[in-house]
Amino acid sequence: MRRIAILLGCVAVLGLAACSEKPQQTAGGKVKGSAPAWQGAKDEFVVPGWKAGDQASWETQMRERGKGQNEYARIGSAS
Amino acid sequence: MARMKFICDAERCIECNGCVTACKAENDVPWGVNRRRVVTLSDGVPGERSISVACMHCSDAPCMAVCPVDCFYRTEDGVVLHDKDVCIGCGYCSYACPFGAPQFPSNGSFGLRGKMDKCTFCAGGPEANGSAAENEKYGRNRLAEGKLPACAEMCSTKALLGGDGDMVADIFRARVLTRGKGSEVWGWGTAYGKPAEGKKS
Repeated sequence: MRRIAILLGCVAVLGLAACSEKPQQTAGGKVKGSAPAWQGAKDEFVVPGWKAGDQASWETQMRERGKGQNEYARIGSAS
Repeated sequence: MARMKFICDAERCIECNGCVTACKAENDVPWGVNRRRVVTLSDGVPGERSISVACMHCSDAPCMAVCPVDCFYRTEDGVVLHDKDVCIGCGYCSYACPFGAPQFPSNGSFGLRGKMDKCTFCAGGPEANGSAAENEKYGRNRLAEGKLPACAEMCSTKALLGGDGDMVADIFRARVLTRGKGSEVWGWGTAYGKPAEGKKS
């Protein structure tokens, strides 16, 4: 009887030892940031006319590209 | 330092949905998710207006404020992006956003909701610029390619302008000053000319 009790006790201890909790921390504050766009993309679709890694060159490129949206500047004033 | 913004000119938008199509094609946006939509007001009556709506990349973004796992971040160009590896798809951001920008792909028959997807201003995500991993999760990174968002560049009437906020504001201001406002813009006078003074029309 005593042996059975000891055995059951050992099983219970082993059973409890199997219990564990997964870490429940949130991923808050672990967000990866993007590399700045002016560093350029490593693909074949990069438009020519600016230098990847040069912030001033990228800003000039974006400004020039943006001006293409202004048809008054692009095709002249319709006066 | 650029601060990227969209502006949609309601006087020019013709509801062609070119911006929506350009966005879906450029970024391989899944079925059921529209990062950009065209909203029409007073449909079918004189004075009807349409505007193209997507994430406005708010300076004080409510989605960022309510996200319980803090998955949003802002790039140095003012573009609001999020990390899909951190997003839990809870949907709080969609309740907070006044523009309905956050979208959730539903991948199953029983209301399964995927991770949030939204307009990235064609600026990709946290992965390396232009990488396959970035393309798969967020679509193209056109900004890093020296381009502007596909929706704005594709707009046939140039109703949708995108780029540095100061620059698009200058374009819009010049346009408004040139075309006038109110009845000068839309209506009989615009279509058929104004009757000359002293002449019977």
